[in-house]
Amino acid sequence: MRTQYDKSDVQRLIATLGHVIAGAFDPDKPLNIVGIRTRGEVLARRLAEILRGRGFRDIGRGVLDITLYRDDLSEIGPRPLVRPTQLDIEIDGRPLLLVDDVLFTGRSVRAAMDALSDFGRPSVIRLAVLVDRGGRELPIQADFVGLRLKDVPDDHRVNVRFAETDGRDEILVEPR
Amino acid sequence: MTTSIDQFRWTRKHLLSLEELSAEEIRFILDTADSFKEVSTRSIKKVPALRGRVVVNAFWEDSTRTRTSFSLAAQRLSADLIDFSERGSSVSKGETLIDTARNIEAMGIDILVVRHPAAGAAEVLSRVVKCSVVNAGDGAHEHPTQGLLDLYTIRERFGRIEGLKVAIVGDIVNSRVARSDLWGLKKLGAEVILVGPPTLLPRSFEAMGARVVHNFDEVIGQVDVINMLRVQFERIKSSQFPSVREFTHLFGLTWDRFQRCKKDVFVMHPGPMNRGLEIQSDIADGPQSGILTQVTNGLAVRMAVLYLVRQAGDLPHKTSSPRR
Repeated sequence: MRTQYDKSDVQRLIATLGHVIAGAFDPDKPLNIVGIRTRGEVLARRLAEILRGRGFRDIGRGVLDITLYRDDLSEIGPRPLVRPTQLDIEIDGRPLLLVDDVLFTGRSVRAAMDALSDFGRPSVIRLAVLVDRGGRELPIQADFVGLRLKDVPDDHRVNVRFAETDGRDEILVEPR
Repeated sequence: MTTSIDQFRWTRKHLLSLEELSAEEIRFILDTADSFKEVSTRSIKKVPALRGRVVVNAFWEDSTRTRTSFSLAAQRLSADLIDFSERGSSVSKGETLIDTARNIEAMGIDILVVRHPAAGAAEVLSRVVKCSVVNAGDGAHEHPTQGLLDLYTIRERFGRIEGLKVAIVGDIVNSRVARSDLWGLKKLGAEVILVGPPTLLPRSFEAMGARVVHNFDEVIGQVDVINMLRVQFERIKSSQFPSVREFTHLFGLTWDRFQRCKKDVFVMHPGPMNRGLEIQSDIADGPQSGILTQVTNGLAVRMAVLYLVRQAGDLPHKTSSPRR
């Protein structure tokens, strides 16, 4: 299994992902793109940029912090700082693209959908992730996937890093 | 986004005082409160962080603001809440503090919020119960969540705490708010000036790092924040306090004194106010008053505290990253 993807790989994966997403929505209608903190937020920002370049004129952007909605709080040890959720956008009746860096158990996505339902009722929610590493514990699947990794051992992590947050773009499969 | 706050993790199961907290821990609570403030702006003002948890307000002393604030904070975190007060309980039948707390705990609670007239009560309980304990005021010792909400409100107003000059005025010796404010403000780098008559402000406070002043007018023009304390008639011995009129004349925030303050001075009061005694009504209700903002911020700060002590109470003795 390949365990390392560098800057050009990551940028190519995001460009392809953006291309596929652009073909799935109507550029003349509003679209909300909401990233899950922290790296889903970065990916959402980059995807929004690509969609604007493809003629999408009405893109709403938001950020979800899902810490307070997780169901595994007692299993994950001391938690990082809870940061504010920023959803100053019209959500009701509009399509919403939820964005995260890695899809694994599906629990983050479930938590994100719970959080979203406290803010409003999108017409549809679609899910875009940069990496799907398998290992789902819930019946949740992504609609748009940049990279599918099969057979990642359970004791390994898939770490996505972005220039904005980590100084460089890369994907690494590493032991925990 | 600084590296240190990103890497910091909260591990205290109880909140008993600000004296025991580091500057970093205090900042972490204030930053967490920032996020909880956002929750109160939503149309559904509730998050599931403490769902299935039980919070007990155990108040052995009267309170309106603090008790209501803790209740609402617990409810906004989806916790179940039990209100327990001295009146109409077994306490009036002579049950001891520890027995009462142990019995409440035996019902399977997660957080005990305690107010008690004896200094150290919360600390004693934290040693005999397994759940988290939050001090909501213990005698004249500390009122840490009030201290935190004062810090939060000052930081929100000025964008910083370091370097500010803060006067805390009035009945210092009987005030747990003054002690919590003093510890918190010193740790975050403010200069604290305590103001009051010698009977209500002994020199011993200098040992806690404060400047002690008995003449309000000497410092009135220098300070950025004035925190007027309530004169606590229920705790004051008559020998400490000659007359209301004299107190107002020497230590009240009167209109005349207010005119001599810095232009952007920020006026605070922990409530409940004795209007016309320690603070003039139109100043308390004026544009430079943060008194109601303090109450609003108290809710976010208490949500943060309940959330943090609970997650620390849950900690297994391992640390791994969340699985996505």
